[in-house]
Amino acid sequence: MGMRKTALSGIFIISGFLTIQAQSSTASSSSNSFWIVLIVVVLAALGLLVDLFYRKGSKAPSYVGGGKFVGLQKGFNLNVQGAANAKVVEATASRFAVIPPNFRGISPIPKMEVNEGDEVKAGDPLFHDKNDESIKYVAPVSGEVIAINRGEKRSIAEIVILADKDQKYRALPALDLQKADRTSLVSHLKASGFWPLINQRPFDVIADPEVTPKNIFISTFDTAPLAPDLNLVVEGQEEAFQMGLDVLGKLTDGKVYLGLNANGQQAPSKAFTGAQHVEKTWFKGEHPAGNVGVQIHHIAPIKNGDVVWTLGVQEVITLGKLIRDQRMDLSRIVVIAGSEVQDPHYVRTVAGANLGELLAGNLKDSHHRIISGDVLTGEAKSPEGFLNIHDDQVTVIPEGDYYDTFGWLVPGKAIPSLSKTYLNSWVGHKAYNVDTNTHGEKRALVVTGQYEKVLPMNIYPQHLIKAILAGDLETMEGLGILELSEEDMALCEYVCTSKSPLQKILRDGLDAIREQG
Amino acid sequence: MGLLEFAKKLEPDKKKSPFLHTVYDGFFTFLFTPNTVTRGGVHVRDAMDLKRTMTFVVLALMLPFVFGTYNIGQQHFMAIGQHTGYFEALHLKLVFGLIKIVPIWVVSMVVGLGIEFYFANRKGHGIEEGFLVTGALIPLIMPPDIPLWILTVSIVFAVILGKEAFGGTGMNIWNIALLSRVFVFFAYPTTISGDTVWVAGFDQLAPGAAVDYGWADYLFNGLFNAFGWSTFNDSAHITDAFTGATPLGIAAHAGWHEVTEVYAPSQMWWGVIPGSIGETSKPLILIGALMLIVTGIASWRIMAGMILGAALVALGLNAWGATPFMEVPWYYQFYMGSFFFAMAFMATDPVTGSNTPRGKWIYGFLIGCIGMVIRVLNPAYPEGWMLAILLLNTFVPLIDYLVVQSNITKRLKRA
Repeated sequence: MGMRKTALSGIFIISGFLTIQAQSSTASSSSNSFWIVLIVVVLAALGLLVDLFYRKGSKAPSYVGGGKFVGLQKGFNLNVQGAANAKVVEATASRFAVIPPNFRGISPIPKMEVNEGDEVKAGDPLFHDKNDESIKYVAPVSGEVIAINRGEKRSIAEIVILADKDQKYRALPALDLQKADRTSLVSHLKASGFWPLINQRPFDVIADPEVTPKNIFISTFDTAPLAPDLNLVVEGQEEAFQMGLDVLGKLTDGKVYLGLNANGQQAPSKAFTGAQHVEKTWFKGEHPAGNVGVQIHHIAPIKNGDVVWTLGVQEVITLGKLIRDQRMDLSRIVVIAGSEVQDPHYVRTVAGANLGELLAGNLKDSHHRIISGDVLTGEAKSPEGFLNIHDDQVTVIPEGDYYDTFGWLVPGKAIPSLSKTYLNSWVGHKAYNVDTNTHGEKRALVVTGQYEKVLPMNIYPQHLIKAILAGDLETMEGLGILELSEEDMALCEYVCTSKSPLQKILRDGLDAIREQG
Repeated sequence: MGLLEFAKKLEPDKKKSPFLHTVYDGFFTFLFTPNTVTRGGVHVRDAMDLKRTMTFVVLALMLPFVFGTYNIGQQHFMAIGQHTGYFEALHLKLVFGLIKIVPIWVVSMVVGLGIEFYFANRKGHGIEEGFLVTGALIPLIMPPDIPLWILTVSIVFAVILGKEAFGGTGMNIWNIALLSRVFVFFAYPTTISGDTVWVAGFDQLAPGAAVDYGWADYLFNGLFNAFGWSTFNDSAHITDAFTGATPLGIAAHAGWHEVTEVYAPSQMWWGVIPGSIGETSKPLILIGALMLIVTGIASWRIMAGMILGAALVALGLNAWGATPFMEVPWYYQFYMGSFFFAMAFMATDPVTGSNTPRGKWIYGFLIGCIGMVIRVLNPAYPEGWMLAILLLNTFVPLIDYLVVQSNITKRLKRA
């Protein structure tokens, strides 16, 4: 930032000097040299100072204490209309689904343990992985299994449950956290259905039960567009959250790391700042500062051969309740946001809720896209679709299938853009009504240096992408693919001038390495 | 939207005439950003696309373009000693300039885009915008009197062998515009080097030579007469005091003092000197450069690195001072030749330039150094930037490899 402006003014001043100098032929050459060198030196010093100031990161806010502070310079906050009000409403969804493809790393066709028409309790196993029978995938609610929908090649797309009015839970055996060893804890998590909620890096897949993670990372804030405020989510769940952290502490030989938000006017929730037996790190910066992958990179980067776990805040709460209440409680607070939502707000529901029911009566227009997740990483769904297991957000934005006259020439546009060719990127931070138009066609990779601006990690994204396209596994690993997940590359994909599908390319690369073992 | 419906009506059938459809698609997407929506991956996209990127480079080239048109005329009239004031008979100078530059521009666009359309249709992808910038650059780096057939051959060479052979836009190793120029430079050296090619409108460039307006004086003199303006004088001759040499040409053998005998520093800075069409006016090029930096389209690292490299080498040569050219005060080196044009528009080509932030510094710096060395120390080549940039284009993969490798090594060292 600072350097670019300094270089700009440097070239400007030197050219001005040469212009003036061109008019007069009297000044002696030695004094000219002196002045030009002086200007360059002063500007370079100024540039370095400004850069240093920027890099230090706007200082840590006063509430930051007890933990390392990391100021991130790179990133981009996509300011989107339709932010939610801070009110939580009970949702009225009646149908819930478990979607096997949500669990990355599961074998394609899991083994069903229930049939259509069966009655299940919340926490009853629905199916298990063919490769590991002990890992159970459980019902989020009690009720009747009304549909087992199949996808391509007889794979299972979703298991739909019509929920009972009064929820019944499968009673789980009690577990004394003080006495339990790691092995019994792991088998308890697998049997109770919690295990599939734990993700591991590299690859961002379901954790491998055979491997003890080096560390466990939890990001306590989400910087994605219209993302839920996790301080609101954790309200009233402080005890369960701490309990969950304590359980995680038993599962790793290393540490449990919390990433805390230093962007706000006020300190985050006490549940996060006052959490016990964890290492805290404060992060300040634009999106993707809240991504756990970025935080890992700055706390304790993954080395070759390392395995770490990542969990979301709501998963940790579920884990705490699992031990405290001895039942699998998958209730979630989900934000419903986006410019096509009449009244954006939070709802209290259960994982896998039906989207049509969550949104009923709250949409403006029919020409929209419903997204489970945020606009960068979420999945487009029909109203008949269901919330994905890790999502705590539903976004609805207009479809953008319109033509735009002279789109390449107009000086300003009501679209958030990183490009300084749009005047609106110079002024203000107003919220934009974004739609799904691609704003241009797919092209070969031409422009350089733009991915780096939005990825606050010491990684060369463009070279990584090219290595993946070339199938060069060794270079991919060398360039840090194992530290990344789709969500970390999402902003790069958003800003890409050539409209390349970077998230898909990244996943292809990760899959290629995983297949190699 | 009436225009949209009209444009849609014109759409040729894709199956019956695929080539026409490709061409139609190329023009249609200029009128309207297409209505495609995101599928998979991100649901929203930045408003920036390649068309807009390329268009902004072309916009940045507009001032050198206009000035180049004027300067073709200005140089011509200075040679015959008429209307030598900078603002005298502007209509004659602009018309004369346009007569020279429009054919070059049309040929470069038609030939280049024709090849582009052909390959887009053959490979079945949309027309890529790469040639927009190349086609706008090529007229600016050619001498005003370049024979159009040589221009055509050079563009065909550059686009087919330099770009399409490598896979099209974004895949080429060497800068296309420079490749076409270097082709002329080595295949037809007499048309693009020496003292006799930079001023247009004469059979031969020597004192006493007669002007050659072709059809221009018949066409325009009547019109200008009707307005009572001055007209083309087809009996004019080149004055005895005239020299067609560029400042660099003079400096190369006689030093800075001799240059200032012919051209005032301000004249060189503002660009009223003979040279390639778009390269002469430094302030206008710098405005374009600043526009590219402000909008973030061109890399300021490459530009800053190049200035630094050129200045350092020029300083060193000053200290050495073995020939008159070496003794030219280092900052006056920037007054002559095409340094700023090469810096702003040639070296910063994102496809052929370095991809990594650190690599961009190295790349720019080395161009600056090597270009200055070629300019001053090599007697065969009057100017160094074209060769320096093409040379460094060749070494970009190596530079980037080293930068990326250091990142890989750093990651391995964590273990």
